[in-house]
Amino acid sequence: MTTVSAERLSKIFVEVADTLVDDFDLYDFLQMVTVRTASLVGASTVGLLLADQRGTLRFMAASDEQTRILEAFQVQSSEGPCIDAYRTAEPVLTADLRKAAGRWPEFTRHALDAGFRSVHTFPMRVRQEVIGALNVFGNEIGGNFDDTDVQIVQALTDVAAIGLLQERLVRRGEVLTEQLQSALNSRIVIEQAKGAIAQAQGVSIDAAFNTLRGYARRNNRKLTEVAREVLGSPGALAALSET
Amino acid sequence: MTKVPERVDPIAAELSRLCEHAVSTLPATGAGLSVMTRDIQLGLLAAADPVSERLEELQFVLGEGPCVDAIAEGRPVLVPNLAAGPPRWPVYAEAVLDAGMKAVFAFPLQIGAARLGVIDFFRAGPGQFSGIELKQAFAFADEAVAILLDGGIGGEAQPIAGPIELFQAQGMVMVQLGGTLAEAMARIRAYAYAENRRLSNIAHDIVARTLRFDRDG
Repeated sequence: MTTVSAERLSKIFVEVADTLVDDFDLYDFLQMVTVRTASLVGASTVGLLLADQRGTLRFMAASDEQTRILEAFQVQSSEGPCIDAYRTAEPVLTADLRKAAGRWPEFTRHALDAGFRSVHTFPMRVRQEVIGALNVFGNEIGGNFDDTDVQIVQALTDVAAIGLLQERLVRRGEVLTEQLQSALNSRIVIEQAKGAIAQAQGVSIDAAFNTLRGYARRNNRKLTEVAREVLGSPGALAALSET
Repeated sequence: MTKVPERVDPIAAELSRLCEHAVSTLPATGAGLSVMTRDIQLGLLAAADPVSERLEELQFVLGEGPCVDAIAEGRPVLVPNLAAGPPRWPVYAEAVLDAGMKAVFAFPLQIGAARLGVIDFFRAGPGQFSGIELKQAFAFADEAVAILLDGGIGGEAQPIAGPIELFQAQGMVMVQLGGTLAEAMARIRAYAYAENRRLSNIAHDIVARTLRFDRDG
């Protein structure tokens, strides 16, 4: 019996379809995919890496942004299952992380440190290209995955990749490049904002992110938009401390 | 159109050379580069040749064009054929086509929220950049960012790609200095160069709060 709920799955597809509109923000979309996938697969943390123009995988979004967890994603720019999935265009399934140290020593250390026990990685495929990888970390050995779940999450990953193309512009490769660059830049904006808030309020990077995200949610605004605003003026930065 | 102040001329010369190099390396007929000046206006800084200079300048005169969009939206604007499809910049497109160019590729020069300027590549023949050519174009944009930041302090301009800690450190130093993001990154890089330390190393210390920068430092 599959551990993935069919009802939750269909909700995700509807949400993906809903986001293919003019006001489309790639970073928000990718972030939504990670959060929804995490709720779909029990006891998991999901993250996504995209390849930049040099072919290096760069962390983009995750369902949990704690520093220790981000390190387990970031290390995969140089080592880990995301690179394997990206190069082979096939899922890489590791039910027991303790056995992976030989294959990816640095990555395994960070992943175990973050409390993870399994990792299942899915290539993001767009037409003939692989543009990145989706990572599902599990808190338990086995990671709540059976064969059907693997197929479902791969299908979800492929659907997310399609979300990058915005229907009618599918034929134009330039749009994908433009959007990927925009998304990669959004990630940098968020990190810059974390630093600025951490410095201004005298708090940790993680606390700064929670402040940023809390403000964006309470005011129903896009995270990257608030991040840009905060970086744009000392006044906006100060306004964040007021609830 | 804003005139670029004279004291940045050495950088302008280096960037003009970069534009020329790009034209000889890429399948591009021309290249131009504009920077954001302090009053948040784009101004021409460098070009590979007079035609590129004119086409680059025209975007600010008309207030429209791929480079205007690229810097406003913070993403590249790649137009392989200006004559095809619905006109996005009707007046500008006509001028570009009149000048014998069919394609324009605009790359914002940015690090996150720090917008430094934009570099444009023009082509007489229509068509996309191939994957490899696109990589090269991005590499030229990266080099331009580094040159703009470092103001020619010497050594090879290292592209700004980093662990996310580097960008967190950039945000922190921006607040420490009470300045811009660009100034913060320039200070961090200058320090790395002077101390002969790796950027990732320094970024780590900044985030761990064992290293900070002050206005007079």
